[in-house]
Amino acid sequence: MSLAAHPLAERLSCPLIERTGPFDPYHIRRDFPVLSQSIRGKPLVYLDNAATTQKPRDVLDVLEVFYEAANANVHRGVHHLSQIATDSFEGARSKVRQFLNASHDREIIFTSGTTDSINLVAQTFGRKNVETGDEILVSAMEHHSNIVPWQMLCEEKGAKLRVIPINDRGELLIDEVERRLNERTKLVAVVHVSNVLGTLNPVATIVEMAHERGIPVLLDGAQAVPHFKVDVQALGCDFYAFSGHKLYGPTGIGVLYGKSELLDSMPPYRGGGGMIREVSLEKTTYADPPARFEAGTPHIAGCIGLGAAVDYLDRIDLESAAAYENDLLAYATDALSEISGLRIIGTAEEKVSVISFVMDGVHPHDVGTVVDQHGVAVRAGHHCAQPVMRHFNIPATTRAATAFYNTREDIDTLVRALLAANEVFH
Amino acid sequence: MSDLRELYQQVILDHNRSPRNFRSMSNADCTSQGHNPLCGDHLNLYVKLDGARITDIAFQGAGCAISKASASLMTDAVKGRTLQEAQSLFGKFRDLVTSDVSTEPVTDGIGKLAVFAGVREFPVRIKCATLAWHTLVAALKNREFPVTTE
Repeated sequence: MSLAAHPLAERLSCPLIERTGPFDPYHIRRDFPVLSQSIRGKPLVYLDNAATTQKPRDVLDVLEVFYEAANANVHRGVHHLSQIATDSFEGARSKVRQFLNASHDREIIFTSGTTDSINLVAQTFGRKNVETGDEILVSAMEHHSNIVPWQMLCEEKGAKLRVIPINDRGELLIDEVERRLNERTKLVAVVHVSNVLGTLNPVATIVEMAHERGIPVLLDGAQAVPHFKVDVQALGCDFYAFSGHKLYGPTGIGVLYGKSELLDSMPPYRGGGGMIREVSLEKTTYADPPARFEAGTPHIAGCIGLGAAVDYLDRIDLESAAAYENDLLAYATDALSEISGLRIIGTAEEKVSVISFVMDGVHPHDVGTVVDQHGVAVRAGHHCAQPVMRHFNIPATTRAATAFYNTREDIDTLVRALLAANEVFH
Repeated sequence: MSDLRELYQQVILDHNRSPRNFRSMSNADCTSQGHNPLCGDHLNLYVKLDGARITDIAFQGAGCAISKASASLMTDAVKGRTLQEAQSLFGKFRDLVTSDVSTEPVTDGIGKLAVFAGVREFPVRIKCATLAWHTLVAALKNREFPVTTE
């Protein structure tokens, strides 16, 4: 039985868009149907990429093809469609493994997103290993999803959440990491790239510091993987979490990478079908990873869609895209800095193209409404990072986050819209 | 851009820049804290009563132009009114900002609050406009001022 047995099903695993030649954002844009529309009579300028990215035609097609031609439940099915679905589903796992350069497919667990991935580690690794008086170390620039699961665990176990502080550029005080690691530290959980500040953290150094004391490290990579190539073996991290929908894939699908030896020692997350070895009414034994952590019917289409997104990123050459985005970040930073009364929040030496800012006399929420009238989509608020807002003593920011399909013209439109906002309020 | 001018009327911009009754009150009879988790807007509301009449009202906090101006205009509008009158005003205000855009806005008896008619065009901003009013309801909830959820 092969995928080729069905003319549509073949497309589940084959690249739909061929790409050759140097990176060209104007060409790339055509792969994203949503970008070609107008909003309020103005061409859409989508700069809310840190919230979610748009999806290339490849991903949209694969979702449609799966449901049209190959829909079936995975595993244990002996019929033809189930075989195709299983092959495509497990094929997606291999694609993600290659994308992260993990050693084994079994180190890739499908979850519903970054939040779910982190909760999985908290509820399995955490509940097994954290005891009264133990400590978990996070940073002051975490998204709520890398704070709250640990607070819940600490509350349950009588453990303590410790925090690596940040400076006013929005950089981790790396010297403070060492000081906060001790024999009670059971896990370090830090964000790879800040969703508010854009800061790219020196995570390899943190991993090294933690490993010297035998402490495992979880990295929240939700905002990292869309911007540059991540190699989990080079980083040396023990867990790596990200979301499909911020990586040009579907919503509702995410990934937890975990080192085999750790995953093998961890108890199950949720109980149910698919995660067992054998069940009797007296006792159940559990399957090996990754199945142990994937109870219930998975988001099969989402996994396959994520696989298609990863394929797409391979073909456009993420390294060229990252270089292009860095140029765009420099261009946008210069352009925004010219606007009177505008202050960029997050000016780290090492950062990606996520730009938060505040404007004198104009609340971020009002900025968002005004620029929306110009067809510009940005995000306004605390970005699920209230501790970051508190550090900078601001209630909220406006955030413009680019993807490789954004252009200098998009930035120019944003600037014009922000000048218009200044005009309304001054 | 006409919708935008409709939303950010001069009166609203003025109250955003220089909010009225923007202070704390040490001898308030009722206080309440309003919070919009969506955008982080928050305000503290202070009310001084003489029987069933609001004799003084003040607020402090941070928020967008719509929420700040709404709080400011609300304090002006309810000062000196009875709880009953304030409640009726809230009803009319809420009806105005949540009414269908295809209908004529009804602004009878709400005075300056009519400037918020433009909020109808921006459904995500309705909560900004009503935050201060919901906070007032919460502050007075034990003062024979019925709580309404929406």
